Amino acid sequence: MLKRLRENKSAQGTLLASPTLLWMIGLLIIPLILTLIVSFGKRSPDGDVIYSFSLDNYIRLFGYSTDCDAGQTSCFDPLYLQILWRSLTLAFNSTVWVILLAYPLAYFIARAHPKRRNTFLFMVLIPLWTNFVIRVYAWMMLLRTQGVINLILGWIAGLFNLPFTPLEMLYTPGAVLVGMVYEFLPFMILPIYTSLEKIDNSLYEAAADLGANGIKTFLRVTLPLSMPGVVAGTILVFIPVMGTFIVSDILGGRQVILVGNLIQRQFLDARDPTFGSAASLILMVMTLIVTYFYTRKFGFGEEIVVA
Amino acid sequence: MNPHRRHPFIFSSAILVYIFLYAPIIVLILFSFNASRANITFEGFIPTFSERTVMEGSVVKASPCGPFHWFCELAKDDDVIEAAGNTLTIAFISTLISTIIGTMAALALQRYEFKLKPFSQLSLYIPIVIPEIVMGIGILTLFSQLFGVINNGLGLSGDSRLSMGISTVIVSHIAFSVPFVTLVVQARLQGFDKSYEEAAMDLGANEWTTFRRVTFPMILPGVLSGGLLAFTLSLDDFVITFFTNGPGSTTLPIYVYGLLRRIITPQVNALSTVWILTIFSAVLLLQWVQSREAKH
Repeated sequence: MLKRLRENKSAQGTLLASPTLLWMIGLLIIPLILTLIVSFGKRSPDGDVIYSFSLDNYIRLFGYSTDCDAGQTSCFDPLYLQILWRSLTLAFNSTVWVILLAYPLAYFIARAHPKRRNTFLFMVLIPLWTNFVIRVYAWMMLLRTQGVINLILGWIAGLFNLPFTPLEMLYTPGAVLVGMVYEFLPFMILPIYTSLEKIDNSLYEAAADLGANGIKTFLRVTLPLSMPGVVAGTILVFIPVMGTFIVSDILGGRQVILVGNLIQRQFLDARDPTFGSAASLILMVMTLIVTYFYTRKFGFGEEIVVA
Repeated sequence: MNPHRRHPFIFSSAILVYIFLYAPIIVLILFSFNASRANITFEGFIPTFSERTVMEGSVVKASPCGPFHWFCELAKDDDVIEAAGNTLTIAFISTLISTIIGTMAALALQRYEFKLKPFSQLSLYIPIVIPEIVMGIGILTLFSQLFGVINNGLGLSGDSRLSMGISTVIVSHIAFSVPFVTLVVQARLQGFDKSYEEAAMDLGANEWTTFRRVTFPMILPGVLSGGLLAFTLSLDDFVITFFTNGPGSTTLPIYVYGLLRRIITPQVNALSTVWILTIFSAVLLLQWVQSREAKH
């Protein structure tokens, strides 16, 4: 039998890949199928799942109540649609801000002296190695009413003898946006850097020889050639922002509720895993649709693996 | 044209982004020396050493550890020690397993043809394109349903009932680490010509010897960086751990998250400082080892 295995390359390949395959099927694919099944179920009074085939959870997500009184004029409640829309727009805004901040820095590193590039890149990675939760906490310290930013602003105002009332920044949508941008910024810098670094210097020289100025060179040479990096970075930023619940939990207080918070609460506080599963599948479908159309337009950069 | 010339706009925005990246971390570290227990404003460093901690209101006036008061408090906190132990145990075991099986899968995908190859390759992209919370609640549902069936089916009771704990966290961490290890090792394998291995085989080496003497040394840097990636992913993970942990398997990120919803003393900052310095020195050490190896 061993001899036969030695000659059968196909069986060898399957055998080598089998542990990973087992994990992918057991812990990714089966859980996803299970989530789908549970999302059609109903919640029992003690929070268990009653398996059935009901679309109630999805109907509820899209704003219609199933146990709506006959006397009510409208059963439409857009609460959950608003949450979905808020998550989508926040993910979009965060990604745009991240690109705007990441691009100049990635460009700076890629154009720096080769000897210093690794140090500069290393400096981008250090904040990433501090823990995700710890980074959210750091922004809590900066943003609160008596926090560091207000302290500095008050000091500046004092220099010019201006009156100053501390800004209320924590527990606002802006705080959540800043937190998201901060958390995922390095994930954009790395792929953009990777694609910028690949651009041959002779292309810049050729552009200059042909009379292009700095802006024209950037728009016609640099930007198009760095698009794979921007695309990879967008996927690495947009998808996690859509699903994260800690940033909005800590920096948004109870004011900013995103899909992530909705799902988390269904599983822990409200104890309705069936509704949470439905919300989670809608979240997955939303990210897949956005990713699909986005990558179809711009291509799927290989930079995603490099980062 | 000097290719390394600095455009003032690029230069100044790069500086600003670096400040944006580092300001929160510097504040975090500074506040771990805060004399104020309330930790809202910075009340200065703890000025003196003393036999016992002296408090005036919520401000620490003197401590056996002086300015390092909160670090000493941290070292005395059993919950933190336990969480740190769990975090490292989970990271080491899940890295070890995911690096081994991920490397095997990378070899299979790059050097062999088999029926399930396209499916295997595609499945590796699932954790990248699906939000972590979707994976987290999926795994939670799987374990809770599975354990429910087993516990009821076998009539288990009390301590013998299966429940969430350190092993469910490890198994789940492997699930999100393996694809990254596989993709990194695969990228490394892609860069190498198959002819090295074929030459070894022609010279009479069997498959195992070829792997040990030719393939493995070639892909080792890829395996190491894949392993490092898996290790950092595991250390940093919050979401998957949040949904798969149980009593006694709290990790540091989960512990910190719990604290953030209660009173936050500078002890949390001290913990963050220790965390940052540990990771920073580990990475520096690794870089130093790698650069030494490169010279040899």
